Amino acid sequence: MAASPHTLSSRLLTGSVGGCVWYLERRTIQELPHRVTRLFRNVNNQWVMVQHLSFLKRMYVTQLHRGLSQRVKPKPEPATSPFLEHMSSGQARAEVDELPSLSASSLPLSQKPNEELMELKAASIVEHAVDTAKETKEERQWKEMKLHADDLPGILARLSKIKLTALVVSTTSAGFALAPGPFDWSCFLLTSLGTGLASCAANSINQFFEVPFDSNMNRTKNRPLVRGQISPLLAVSFATCCAVPGVALLTWGVNPLTGALGVFNIFLYTCCYTPLKRISIANTWVGAVVGAIPPVMGWTAATGSLDAGALLLGGILYSWQFPHFNALSWGLREDYSRGGYCMMSVTHPALCRHVALRHCLALIALSTAAPILNVTTWAFPIISLPINLYISYLGFRFYVDADRRSSRKLFFCSLWHLPLLLLLMLTCKQRPGREGDKGEAPS
Amino acid sequence: MAALRRGSEAIRLHLCRSFSGGVGRLARERGTERRDAASSRVSRFCPPRQSCHDWIGPPDKHSNLRPVHFHIPENESPLEQRLRELRQETQEWNQQFWANQNLTFNKEKEEFIYSRLQAKGSGLRTKSGQRTALDAEEMADFYKEFLSKNFQKHMRYNRDWYKRNFAITFFMGKVALEKMWNKLRQKPKKMST
Repeated sequence: MAASPHTLSSRLLTGSVGGCVWYLERRTIQELPHRVTRLFRNVNNQWVMVQHLSFLKRMYVTQLHRGLSQRVKPKPEPATSPFLEHMSSGQARAEVDELPSLSASSLPLSQKPNEELMELKAASIVEHAVDTAKETKEERQWKEMKLHADDLPGILARLSKIKLTALVVSTTSAGFALAPGPFDWSCFLLTSLGTGLASCAANSINQFFEVPFDSNMNRTKNRPLVRGQISPLLAVSFATCCAVPGVALLTWGVNPLTGALGVFNIFLYTCCYTPLKRISIANTWVGAVVGAIPPVMGWTAATGSLDAGALLLGGILYSWQFPHFNALSWGLREDYSRGGYCMMSVTHPALCRHVALRHCLALIALSTAAPILNVTTWAFPIISLPINLYISYLGFRFYVDADRRSSRKLFFCSLWHLPLLLLLMLTCKQRPGREGDKGEAPS
Repeated sequence: MAALRRGSEAIRLHLCRSFSGGVGRLARERGTERRDAASSRVSRFCPPRQSCHDWIGPPDKHSNLRPVHFHIPENESPLEQRLRELRQETQEWNQQFWANQNLTFNKEKEEFIYSRLQAKGSGLRTKSGQRTALDAEEMADFYKEFLSKNFQKHMRYNRDWYKRNFAITFFMGKVALEKMWNKLRQKPKKMST
């Protein structure tokens, strides 16, 4: 409906702004040429032009609307989205900046006695100049879709979400290291490489599926497929070239069980989690399983079997995902709602916080189960209690306060909590036949 | 080969049919806004003449999608032409959907804020003259309502998008194979002459 920007602008321009405009109008009429040039110098103040020059209204109202809608959005950007582009507000400012340079050329016109005619003519020049400036600026932003060989490593790193892949590989390594038995370096390296390749493949396919959705979210709008740095065909080929050797390495270089878990995880992430994100909130639970499988893979790579220790480790990672993701999603509700993502934080906010708290407490329980299952010594639940209690406390605060501040605190805590927990587990690993110099409970 | 061509033709027809159903609905809902949003992307950009690649532009202000200017090579094969047309059509379809989606979102958000502020009795502006904003928790009701209202729309879009994405990638693969085949065929000819 074309009327909406106008009704909006009239609503917006009531009150003090309208008063400001009226005041400026009065002064302009009283002191002619001087005021006209001053008016053009005041062009940076968008409010004046909207009231004064009706045919520029739509253009400036769009800028106004854009500028204001930026302010209406309540969110400060979370720290995990480093790719913020304040492009639209920057563009608006740049376009307005173009105008003062033109006021000098429009000065000769100010000598005419008929103020309105002057202003209309100058305004049309201004509008044309602004349009040209906009066009030139826009044209410079067009990029040739040509793939350069030097850019390829960086592009593929971003496509495969290399940082997330590194995190996944480190959880796999933790699983491998925590498993009983002698530490086999060659097996360890093959497992890490295989898991890394499988993760790259899964992440690439995920990005391949989500191009238009990623474009519309601040966190993800700088991904390679969104920016056209790589074609979908190349992304799929890369994913295949990672998945096949990765799974082969796991199946034949390590053991078939690990290979099967790798394939299953790729399938779960690309074919279940990714589409499910837009269908049901169950996606969070599926995603938590996806995060839990890598350490299980590390364990099965070392021992060849899926025993209780593997499931415990998987359980710890599974429970960790909830405070991590639910806290993160709390700040992204607007983007999720607009983009059509079904997340608990949007549809079931109370459940979202409840689940996060529940799983923080579950971490305490799982840490206590570790020595029972002979994964670690009894020192582990004791020395991990402070950090587990702290994250549970933040989970509780998030549950009660339900605000951005508590969600961010919980999210950032989860980022250091997991590596620290895994490190503590490793230091307290139950070694076979060792007496309790790490404070084992007396039998 | 002919069977493949028929098969891919069927895919395209099916996509067009499913697309046109959605377009009819969109047209009824937001006619003017859709025209505005779609026409705003009639970019006057022209790539340099010597370039033989596609060009990609900045994100559209309504849809946040980056428009692509497709290069038409002189000796474009029918398969390449079909791929280009499919990509062009998908681009326009995506542009319409997301521009409409974002515009609707912003509009309904403004209306929600306005009605909430009216209900609260507070004015549109605070004492300092700044625009009153609702906090995130108040906005949460709107986000939930908007998401559930648009759920079916998103389901249809998701299904169509997945189909189109696969089709485009499949055709890209075919085009790549065709080019490779042509190159291999040319080499022995050159060697024999």
